[in-house]
Amino acid sequence: MFSFSRYSGIYAALIRYSLIHEMQFKVNFLLWIIVEALWFGLQLAFMTVLYGHTDQIAGWSRWEVVLLVGCNQFIQQLFHTLFVTNLSNLSELIRKGTLDLLLLQPVNTRFLISVKKFEIGNIVNALMGLVVVAYALAQLGRVPTPAQWLGFVVVCLAGLSVHYSLMFLLACISFWTVRAQGIVWGYYNLFNIARLPAEAFPRGAYRAVFTWVLPMLLVSNVPAKLLAQRLASPWEWLALLGMAAACFVASELFWRFSLRHYTSASA
Amino acid sequence: MTPVSTDPIPATPSAGLWSKYAHVLSMGIQNTLVYRTNFLFRAAFGLVPLAATLFLWEAIYADKPAGAAIGAYTLAQMVSYYLLVTVVDAITAVAEDDWQIAADIKDGAVSQFLLKPLDFLAYRLCLYLSGRVIYTSVALIPVAFFLFFQRENLVGPAESWGWILAPLSVLMAGLLQFLIAYTVALLSFWVLDVSTFIFIQFAFEFLASGHLFPLDILPDGLHRLLLWSPYPYLLYFPVGVYLGRIQGADLWQGFALQLAWVVAAFLIARFVWSRGLRKYTAVGG
Repeated sequence: MFSFSRYSGIYAALIRYSLIHEMQFKVNFLLWIIVEALWFGLQLAFMTVLYGHTDQIAGWSRWEVVLLVGCNQFIQQLFHTLFVTNLSNLSELIRKGTLDLLLLQPVNTRFLISVKKFEIGNIVNALMGLVVVAYALAQLGRVPTPAQWLGFVVVCLAGLSVHYSLMFLLACISFWTVRAQGIVWGYYNLFNIARLPAEAFPRGAYRAVFTWVLPMLLVSNVPAKLLAQRLASPWEWLALLGMAAACFVASELFWRFSLRHYTSASA
Repeated sequence: MTPVSTDPIPATPSAGLWSKYAHVLSMGIQNTLVYRTNFLFRAAFGLVPLAATLFLWEAIYADKPAGAAIGAYTLAQMVSYYLLVTVVDAITAVAEDDWQIAADIKDGAVSQFLLKPLDFLAYRLCLYLSGRVIYTSVALIPVAFFLFFQRENLVGPAESWGWILAPLSVLMAGLLQFLIAYTVALLSFWVLDVSTFIFIQFAFEFLASGHLFPLDILPDGLHRLLLWSPYPYLLYFPVGVYLGRIQGADLWQGFALQLAWVVAAFLIARFVWSRGLRKYTAVGG
């Protein structure tokens, strides 16, 4: 039976263990923060170059796009902190048969798989994203109200949940194909498009798929628009919340379906 | 799968140098075939951000008068630039090589190369080449599909000599790409986890090779400065040669610099290897 205090106790223990593990390799820990910061800088540099040749892209000004890139960084790095390592590891758990061990634990297996390792370093990078968000807001001269900040937290969590559900779903494919690294790697390509303004995509198959099937064009766009106070209608954030719920349900159904097809590798 | 664990030496002791490495090449092709589905996913998923970048540029050009140019690129030229970057990248990019080389050092698999008449760099180069053969053939399916949709934007070389010079610069780009990845992977002799260095190197490469955008839309001084680094010779230069955008003195200077960087990268790789061996502890015997 689900008990909140029991699960938070388990999670606290897992975080503590991850921290101890991480601190054994301090230089590596710092290097990973630098790697992520470099790639963030690269995204900002790309936008700077583009805005060197234009004043606006599909109605987005330079600082609005910087705000978008910052929001995207924040969500993506939180996703890294909590889930990415764990989800990429699922195919290894299946290949080696380690999953048997987790299935036998008296804890929800999906919970254990999803949160086993906590990447503390990526929190630093998530904060860098927030700093850029604040700076861009200052440049735009917008001051969000407390209600808008609260809304921002909610839509960011929804975006995080979309990333988590979709990557979990993709990772479950490794129940059938053992070498699923290519699939998981493919998700990196998908979430790369989340940092681009949705309006830049013409109405058509591409935009429809990445809004209503794999809602990449909602996850970061909605939080950024909310803070920049340019949401056209409440339907935009309702769409994100709805898609987040839909993706989660889809991933849970697929997870249960996959488990029924699990034939252990060891034992 | 560890390709190194297979005995790379041909059965006949009298086999010559070429047949020895030809054997490695064919073994590499057989081993890499295992990754074909992976490669297909990789190439197909890679088209998603490519399409996004093209949409982004179309949105930028849409606000400008028809036929307007950004840094001497019309929309069609800009699109062909990205299409050709994708093609050159499919032909030359390292896929698993750097991780495998790092693993060879960590697992101690390098030891056998110290005992056998086989050069590690040449051996890895053969495996890289075989990997490229497989990857390019697999990627051909989704990439050709994409190119077909964008066919009106895909232009041939501006000059007929482009058909000779462009493949030559792609060949050197491949060598340079391999040597850079090889040298970074050799850092495994010193550090526990080389992946951070691989990603840091790749971040610079992504920007300075012209993967993100053509380098000549940058301010002129910065563009000129970047041309002295090795990175433009991985993508920007071969594509520029093909499109006929790099001409006259710039063309010959570019080829000279590309060749110079290949030679320099080779010497650096040899140097790092010899220094690395002094640190090598042959884990696992």
